Amino acid sequence: MKQSLRFRIGFPLLVLIIIIPMIFPFLWMFMSAFKTQVDIISWPPKFLFSPTMVNFNKVFNEQNFLLYLKNSMIVGVGSVAISLLLGLPAAYSIARFHQKRLSVMILIARLMPGISFLMPWYIVFSRLGLMDSYTALILSHILIALPVVVWIMSSYFESVPLEMEESAMVDGATMQRAFVSIILPLSVPGIVTATTLSFIFSWNNFMFSQVLSMEKTRTLPIAVYNFMSYAEVDWGGVMAAAVAIMTPAIILTMVFQKYVVKGLTMGAVKG
Amino acid sequence: MIKSGFFERNLKYLFPLPALLFVLLLMVFPVLYTLFVSFTEWTLTSGRPMKFVALDSYLKIMREPRFLDAVGRTFSFTVGAVVAEAVLGTTIALVLNREFKGKNALKFILLLPLVATPVAVGIVFNLFYDPTIGFLNYVLSVLGLPQSGWVTASSTVLPSLMLVDIWQWTPMIALIVLAGLAGLSNEPYESAKVDGASGAQTFFHVTLPMIMPTILTAIILRAVDALKTYDIIYAMTGGGPGYSSETLNILAYKYSFEYFNLGQASSILVFLFFLVLLFSLGVMKIRKKFEL
Repeated sequence: MKQSLRFRIGFPLLVLIIIIPMIFPFLWMFMSAFKTQVDIISWPPKFLFSPTMVNFNKVFNEQNFLLYLKNSMIVGVGSVAISLLLGLPAAYSIARFHQKRLSVMILIARLMPGISFLMPWYIVFSRLGLMDSYTALILSHILIALPVVVWIMSSYFESVPLEMEESAMVDGATMQRAFVSIILPLSVPGIVTATTLSFIFSWNNFMFSQVLSMEKTRTLPIAVYNFMSYAEVDWGGVMAAAVAIMTPAIILTMVFQKYVVKGLTMGAVKG
Repeated sequence: MIKSGFFERNLKYLFPLPALLFVLLLMVFPVLYTLFVSFTEWTLTSGRPMKFVALDSYLKIMREPRFLDAVGRTFSFTVGAVVAEAVLGTTIALVLNREFKGKNALKFILLLPLVATPVAVGIVFNLFYDPTIGFLNYVLSVLGLPQSGWVTASSTVLPSLMLVDIWQWTPMIALIVLAGLAGLSNEPYESAKVDGASGAQTFFHVTLPMIMPTILTAIILRAVDALKTYDIIYAMTGGGPGYSSETLNILAYKYSFEYFNLGQASSILVFLFFLVLLFSLGVMKIRKKFEL
């Protein structure tokens, strides 16, 4: 098909109008992370400057950033792993036995404001001496990851044809056996989607760690926020911290782009 | 009938059981507890024990101007942000709904705001919005426009926060609608063409009705989260200046973990939950009514 000249010029222009506002904040953050404080507060804002590593040095050497990075990893991996363990069989059962009520319950977990469980947890975890523990944080983050896993996997399992289990069961395998050795391997794309998304959501979560963690188990979002609350904002340091926290999620998205798009858009398109 | 063991016969109960127990223990009980606390007067720092007061906490909160303001603000924030996101997102999806080189790279760019840590996003926008060194005031001054206080002035703080939400979540609606458009069948378009429909006619009478269910679902998903917006507001303003950007979730956080006034905090939370629930049910009803 031949495209008109107007389209050939107009379309790329439209695309640019969409892209530039999307990407500019990232660009500015990235540039500022390599600027000295003097360059950052200069007026007019500088686009050209000589880059410095001062900010990253400060973030990784003076601040306890590596500890917070480790904490975020432990909490993210721990909560996603347990959510898969709990969520995969539940999602399978919802898909195969059409357990409507169960899936509504998971939906309600999505609707609830997080503070409505945080407040009771705060009371219980303080009494049990579990404040500032990985246990408390992982338990709370499972409530972020589990609905994502069940939501994505139940519709994924629905798309796997029933004959797969049936033929295995004719051969004498039990249903749970068929689930583990036939259905799960077939569902790897869905599992990748659920894992990536729920990990990113846990990674980005601010509120739960804000209440349940202190110095020992503090996760990255809190560390980044704390950077801000000093008397005079060290903009370069904050921007370096922001770059550091966003990079892993962005890399994950780059690697699993197709899955992330699918996970974010499913549910809605089907509805 | 194949003989099967206990596990097999009860698979439909056993498989979801662990997840169910977890949700019961860590979600249902805590929420019921919050509901219970909302009928009490209980401030942790006062040292007085919890006292049952029936609806008193609700009545107190209803008379609190901060609460009433927060309700209005939560509404305007949600409606303003989500309507803008729906319009912009759908427009973007319609523009991109064709094959072109670099489409995948573009989708990746659309994903970036969605996976970016909200707290960090808020902080980056704080640098943009800074009245003295911020990029946006620089742009305004270049254009010869008066400078704005952005999030530091109570008159502009809410729209400025909405702008951040719009920046971060418009791509989600765009991606959802794009996926929806990709699944549309070609037939209605062909018959529209045969009938000699114009581009605008085709859009309003063919595309829009078919894509509306997808857009509405995207709106529900977004609005449920927008009603609960917390990270961005807390990171950027903490509810300030003064109380001028306090939404219900921020207010509930302050009542819980700054004032430890758990009774009234719980009343706010119960209110917020019903708001979210009513909203979702309302939109679903609209969908049904128009058979979307």
